[in-house]
Amino acid sequence: MFNNFFHKMASPKYFYNFSGRLIPWLAAGCLLLCLAGLYYGLYKAPPDYQQGDSYRIMFIHVPAAWMSMFIYVVMAATGAIGLIWRLKLAEVITISSAPIGASFTFLALVTGSIWGKPMWGTWWVWDARLTSELILLFLYLGVIALYNAIDDKRTAARAVAILALVGVVNIPIIHYSVEWWNTLHQGPTVTKLDKPSIHLSMLIPLLLMAFAFKLYYAFVVLMRARCEVLDRERHTGWVRELAEKK
Amino acid sequence: MNLNEFFHMGGYAFYVWTSYGLALVVLLINVILPLRQRKQLLGRIARAAKRTRRNTT
Repeated sequence: MFNNFFHKMASPKYFYNFSGRLIPWLAAGCLLLCLAGLYYGLYKAPPDYQQGDSYRIMFIHVPAAWMSMFIYVVMAATGAIGLIWRLKLAEVITISSAPIGASFTFLALVTGSIWGKPMWGTWWVWDARLTSELILLFLYLGVIALYNAIDDKRTAARAVAILALVGVVNIPIIHYSVEWWNTLHQGPTVTKLDKPSIHLSMLIPLLLMAFAFKLYYAFVVLMRARCEVLDRERHTGWVRELAEKK
Repeated sequence: MNLNEFFHMGGYAFYVWTSYGLALVVLLINVILPLRQRKQLLGRIARAAKRTRRNTT
């Protein structure tokens, strides 16, 4: 059954129709989780004893930063799959992920900066965490630029996959930067193995927002992938039929 | 907590609301762009299909 599913997904037409049915559900789930997260994060959770209400930026900042790394890993993994098995759908997911990943990286950097101003007294410092996250943004932008610079989409996808794979070395650097170097950025509070040093009333909205962002990525990457499939398959019968029905 | 306090965010209103507002804008743009792109693509493909049909028949 699993094999059958992957076999079917390799057909662009099947993927297009299947993802079209999936998107509304993912979007609805994302919206619900978002609303719950905002309610608990902005209203229910008490102010922090040190940072007052400014810490509420965390509910955007931390999930966005997680997504910036998660999407990059997805991009590199699908890039590898595309390189090895020449799976078109993997190529499509790789390139469709880049703008979304860039957006989350941008959000993580900017909300971090806005949080840093009142807490650290500065918008920006060149410490390891901030610098490696900035490099991540440049990697995403590099992937997008490289893809657009090469006319043949399949060659472009291969070039992009290699860039994505090389860049993946930056991900552990981002993650461990707060442990390897002395940074102004605080250490991890949630992903510590012993026990998270964050109160439940703050952990709940954080996780709600994190799942909301995951679903957001899922439905937006499918939306982008569908466009990419349409463009690549524009000379085929089913796409023409679809276009003329609209 | 009343509404005024809520929007005041303990004095951090500017920082908190700028962050949330910016996130909303960026996330919305990422939904609008593929919606628009799909519409444009389908329009272009339909026009091209019509052209080729006119030329062949």
